[in-house]
Amino acid sequence: MKVLLSTKMKTQGKAGVKQVIVSFGATVFALALGMLLIYAIGFDPFSAAVAMVDGAFGGKNAFGETLVKMTPLIFTGMSYALASRCGLTNLGMEGQLYMGALAGTATGIYVSGLPAALHLPLTILAGFLGGALWGLIAGALKVRFGASEIITTVMLNTIAISFIDYMVNGPMIEPPGINCQTQPVRSTAQLPNLISGTRAHWGFVIAIVFVVLFWLFLWRSKRGYEVRVAGLNLSAARYSGIHTDKNILLVMFLAGGLAGLAGCNEILGIQIRMIPEISPGYGFDGIAVSLIGNNTPVGIVIGALLFGAFRAGGNRMQIRAKVPNAIVSVVQALVIFAVVASQMLLDKWNEYQMKKINRQESEVA
Amino acid sequence: MDLLQTIGGYLFTDIRMAAPVLLAGLGLLLMNWSGLLNIGAEGIMLIAALSAVAGSHYFGSVWLGLLLAMLAGAIFGLLFAVLTVTLRANQTVVGAALNILGLSLSTTLNRVLFGIETTVTKVDAFKVLEIPLLSKIPVIGRAFFAQMPIVYIAFLLVPVIHYFLFKTKPGLNLRSVGENPRVADTLGINVYRTQYLATIVGSTIVAAGGAFLSTGLLDFFAEDMVAGRGYIALAAVIFGKYKPAGIMVAAMIFMAGNVVSNVLQVAGIGIPYTFLTMIPYILTIIALTIFASRAVAPASLGKPYKRG
Repeated sequence: MKVLLSTKMKTQGKAGVKQVIVSFGATVFALALGMLLIYAIGFDPFSAAVAMVDGAFGGKNAFGETLVKMTPLIFTGMSYALASRCGLTNLGMEGQLYMGALAGTATGIYVSGLPAALHLPLTILAGFLGGALWGLIAGALKVRFGASEIITTVMLNTIAISFIDYMVNGPMIEPPGINCQTQPVRSTAQLPNLISGTRAHWGFVIAIVFVVLFWLFLWRSKRGYEVRVAGLNLSAARYSGIHTDKNILLVMFLAGGLAGLAGCNEILGIQIRMIPEISPGYGFDGIAVSLIGNNTPVGIVIGALLFGAFRAGGNRMQIRAKVPNAIVSVVQALVIFAVVASQMLLDKWNEYQMKKINRQESEVA
Repeated sequence: MDLLQTIGGYLFTDIRMAAPVLLAGLGLLLMNWSGLLNIGAEGIMLIAALSAVAGSHYFGSVWLGLLLAMLAGAIFGLLFAVLTVTLRANQTVVGAALNILGLSLSTTLNRVLFGIETTVTKVDAFKVLEIPLLSKIPVIGRAFFAQMPIVYIAFLLVPVIHYFLFKTKPGLNLRSVGENPRVADTLGINVYRTQYLATIVGSTIVAAGGAFLSTGLLDFFAEDMVAGRGYIALAAVIFGKYKPAGIMVAAMIFMAGNVVSNVLQVAGIGIPYTFLTMIPYILTIIALTIFASRAVAPASLGKPYKRG
């Protein structure tokens, strides 16, 4: 059984290159469809595209913005990918992101007297734990009661966002309590600037470090191997003696933590303080990011770059070409449909080729 | 008498609030019994909510708005079926993408059609249809017989869909596709056609639930107004053990959370408002944890079927 599964995994790796090319084609197709849609609702698609590219890559400042938007997407993309490698669907990235942001903010404000060298790592750890524990709830409900994580994670999103609303308007409100926001986190907990003259911060570097850790965990550790086996075939994994329940708990913990870091870094690098709406939907963006990246480390970075550029360029597109920036998410959905459809068409094509070969072989025989 | 009247009032609100979740749940049920797990109800309801307002605004009739909403739902359903039935794509991923599409497309179209001013465009909405005599029954009369037409339709669909699923030949065929598509196929049932039909019809029912949010409970569209009801409907189907009457009970219990939170808010007993808004969602999680293991899903739910 183990041998069979590992061959299956290896063949998947070889087919990966072909899949990347097909995914790329599908993305281009979806972008074209998006431009058609912009035209259909009465705007000029070309000036929209120009404004978009300009807002994402036109100059140092624009590129800095792309890095800023990319950072949370790398984390939420990894979060969805990790769960999906284990056969789980984590739709709770948004809530985990918020809980991570809250835990990070609290540690950044209320822990005092530490040098930055201690305070900053501690705050980031708190951000990870905030998201991780929130993710673990869904994992525990699944393992213990069989409650579908698809539904519980979404419910936990709404609960988390309501809870943050309460904290920011109540116990953690900045004195004297006029604006619904917390105090700024202490300077010892803030992430330093990465490129001067832009908003890009060291959170991006942390994200890349975690991409490496993500790779090490899934492809270089025994536990990661078990997780991937369980994701391919849960009952087979159970037969070969893998503790699937323990892995589900671990994966939901880690996936929640990754999403928590998305929120925590956004606070420590950009917002500096907690406000009710720190995420314009970075959580759900993670689905598209991981899908485009085929759940692989490099793919996730590329997916995050694409959608980060969308987010950065979308704002300029809205200002200059007057196209509502929500269209960016429409294009994102189109990308998911196109990538999924193209992968399935590729499968069908491979099947067809196999049948042809089999037929030829039987004719020769 | 006063207390009874209050209870009647709560029941009225509960039934009204339950209707959209019930409709969404019934639509999902048809898809589930055909073996398809569609988590995209939230997105379908959002695009339907916008279409209903747009239809009501431009055609001047709330019923034409409903029709437009159902048409939008059917298109989303068709998209889901093409990707998951014909191309056998992962149903959860496609459903999640439907939710992203429904949210972003309804937001975009709302801004394009009605502008981004702070004033909302109000439209013609459904009116209460009082049933003579019956609505005069004390306590429960108004709750059951002085509702909007869609509410009656939603609750009448419960026995209709039950009869269809469990007492008719096409209903039996539909269920056999969800239980074991290979056997159904050998028996001469067209599996793909059944799944396409279930998805499209189911999605139009889900869409009717979305339309009721914007042209029944309210008379305008607000961004992200479905607020998780599409997912609550998913939980209602599991809680209701894949039976229409069960879904009805589930929808009324989950939405009673809304009523309770309203009551507590008015009573002003010091629980912060933000905690009260969590009640329906917490209730859904609790119900799911208690009943998830007892509900028996159609055997082939969520598994793509490959012919031959």
